[in-house]
Amino acid sequence: MIYREAGQFKTTYLNDSQIFPIAQDRYAVAALLIVAFIAIPLFASQYFFSAILIPFLIFSLAALGLNILTGYAGQISLGTAAFMAVGAFASYNFMLRVPGMPILVAFILGGICAAMVGILFGLPSLRIRGFYLAASTLATQFFVVWCLTKVPWFTNYSSSGVITAQQINILGIPFDTPGEKYVLVLIIVSVMALLAKNMVRSNVGRSWMAVRDMDVAAEVIGFRIVRTKLIAFAVSSFYCGIAGALFAFCYLGTVEPEAYNLDLSFRILFMVIIGGLGSILGSFLGAGFIVLLPTVLSVIVHYTGLPNSVTSNLELMVFGALIIFFLIVEPHGLARLWQIAKEKLRLWPFPH
Amino acid sequence: MKLKLLKALTVAAVAAASTVTSTLATAQEQFIPILSYRVGLYAAGGSGFFGGAIDYFNLVNANGGINGVKISWEECETEYNASRGVECYERLKKKNGGASLVEPLGTGIAYGVLDRLPVDKIPMTTMGYGRSDAANGQVFPYVFPLITSYWNQAAGMIKHLGDKAGGLDKLKGKKIVHLYHDSAFGKEPFPVLEALEKSLGYQLIKIPVAHPGTEQNSQWLQIRQANPDYVILWGWGVMNAVAIKTAARNGFPREKMLGVWWAGSEEDTIPAGDAAKGYTTMTFNTPGNYPVIDEIRKKVYGAGKGNLADKDRIGSVYHMRGITAAMLWIEGIRNAQNKYGKGKVMTGEQIRWGLENINVDEKRQRELGAFNMFPTIKTSCQDHEGSGAVKVQVWDGKAWKAVTPNWIQGDRAMVQKMVAESSAKYAAEKKITPACLPG
Repeated sequence: MIYREAGQFKTTYLNDSQIFPIAQDRYAVAALLIVAFIAIPLFASQYFFSAILIPFLIFSLAALGLNILTGYAGQISLGTAAFMAVGAFASYNFMLRVPGMPILVAFILGGICAAMVGILFGLPSLRIRGFYLAASTLATQFFVVWCLTKVPWFTNYSSSGVITAQQINILGIPFDTPGEKYVLVLIIVSVMALLAKNMVRSNVGRSWMAVRDMDVAAEVIGFRIVRTKLIAFAVSSFYCGIAGALFAFCYLGTVEPEAYNLDLSFRILFMVIIGGLGSILGSFLGAGFIVLLPTVLSVIVHYTGLPNSVTSNLELMVFGALIIFFLIVEPHGLARLWQIAKEKLRLWPFPH
Repeated sequence: MKLKLLKALTVAAVAAASTVTSTLATAQEQFIPILSYRVGLYAAGGSGFFGGAIDYFNLVNANGGINGVKISWEECETEYNASRGVECYERLKKKNGGASLVEPLGTGIAYGVLDRLPVDKIPMTTMGYGRSDAANGQVFPYVFPLITSYWNQAAGMIKHLGDKAGGLDKLKGKKIVHLYHDSAFGKEPFPVLEALEKSLGYQLIKIPVAHPGTEQNSQWLQIRQANPDYVILWGWGVMNAVAIKTAARNGFPREKMLGVWWAGSEEDTIPAGDAAKGYTTMTFNTPGNYPVIDEIRKKVYGAGKGNLADKDRIGSVYHMRGITAAMLWIEGIRNAQNKYGKGKVMTGEQIRWGLENINVDEKRQRELGAFNMFPTIKTSCQDHEGSGAVKVQVWDGKAWKAVTPNWIQGDRAMVQKMVAESSAKYAAEKKITPACLPG
């Protein structure tokens, strides 16, 4: 009843091609952005910023990057954390070695470095597919972490291979407190999510989806496979690289290459699978699920009064059970669940 | 189905809300967050270490607290994962009047909270791991790598090998293999081992093992070809047991192997079975039994409050390490109370001062019921480590036994010089002016 597009007529092409064709969606997104940009910075606590919101946004961005590659272009990757590491260490080195380097430029250059590594390791995708490609991206994961521990120049000859992110200062404004960092991360993530949304609606995104659905057919109708796949690798790695840089600069502060291990790659892959392959919204939902649920569970479970050795294991079991539950109920992820909910809402309260 | 789930969740939430109020600590308690890990790959170490710390807290509380101030704590599961650890730290740091100190027992988590400590004014101990250069309290006022760091340990290892060979000068021309976990952890001792290679004239052969280290045949083939005099095993987790077993299969005497202290617990040797007999490692606890452990058995486990599910693990390497850590934390809090008011709850800032002025000599060790359990410690602003001494222990097939009766010290002057250089570099990068914080 409330959520219905009856009476909303599209009279121009511009109207017809907007991101959210239904007015209610536009209002909801606007409200969400207002809350995120104004209400949360005013009222949230430090814990909320630095332990919940910042990691949630950063992982959303990484999941978004992987979703472009896996969900839209259909190339499975297990090297997400490696691209994040490239972004982080490259940004660190740009900041360190180029005097007066603005941090946002360093982030972008870090992302570009990640994109180049992505193109390089995306080359095998031209020949191999599916599980075999997954195995070859696994090589990225091991190679990058190995390389960062092996070549001391990347870590500025730190004996333990650890880097400490520089202070963030944009146009003379320092971003020190968790609240300020949250705003910075939020701006970057919002802009990049908007870009991604537009990209997947444009001819680039359509070519990715064509390749995903059947690459031979896509080639026959005139898509250049090489270019399409490599662009997907580049864009995806760029997103992951920025996420990795934010992970180091806005979240952890001091990181070792080990922080970007295979475990992290898997976590991001799970975010994409649970959130929904091929959906921008899904990346956010998936990140929320994987980042926030263990925290919520641990808070609930730890108040049951059971001994800690039990609660720690219980937490894991409940989390695992929930993942299986969601995948059985909706194998296409949380984004699809949301879509179904929207369709139901449209008809409510008078379903056919 | 969905309704039921919702109902169950509501019930859980209500139950949670009601227990929140009942477990709230009273004002007269010193709160210590426990960032523990009891699941995952490193659960064996985590449960032993944090179990030991909690057992000691229970003992202190049973004995009336610190000048009447009881200790309260809350655990948070980190799974040895940096982001989970940071979340736990953020969740617990303001709780129950504020966190006294933290000890994450994991390098990744320690790095994740490192920058937050001076802002939150909460000290962190990193006992036996983490940044070696954090021993310089002028640059890292809130970090305490208590007892000894990786660099001092590496220097201690060479000292021990020298003693074994009949003097440090006898190491000239000897071959030493550094078999290490290929990560920041395994590479940490490089500067020390390389500097000593130059001054003592032994030949250092570095052989990396990729994580997790379940397959080491090619490495041990290399070792067999090199035929070294000693092998330093700088490993952790499953890599250690595999190294010991592969050494046995290749006929390399375990007596010539010297492990890092993360390769020296019951969890490393028992899986290797008989092959581990004669294997030596570094440690900062003298294995054995102590009055304080008996007291824990009697007062804590006797009262059914013990934290370890398996009572055989009481006094094991990790458990004793946890007790040692807790003992030093309590000493720090006691110091702070002596300065800022006995019987009061201390703030993180005051405890930082307390930790910076720990002085546990032999007399104090006896009072604590832990004579010779760990080296004597005296911290200061310049030296957040407080000791740098280590011991060597050997696995006799059933238990760890101390090899060196006395604590051994490597080339401390050299290590201190390296700490100064490395921390100065950090200070320059972070634009910190090194200075001692006032008490």
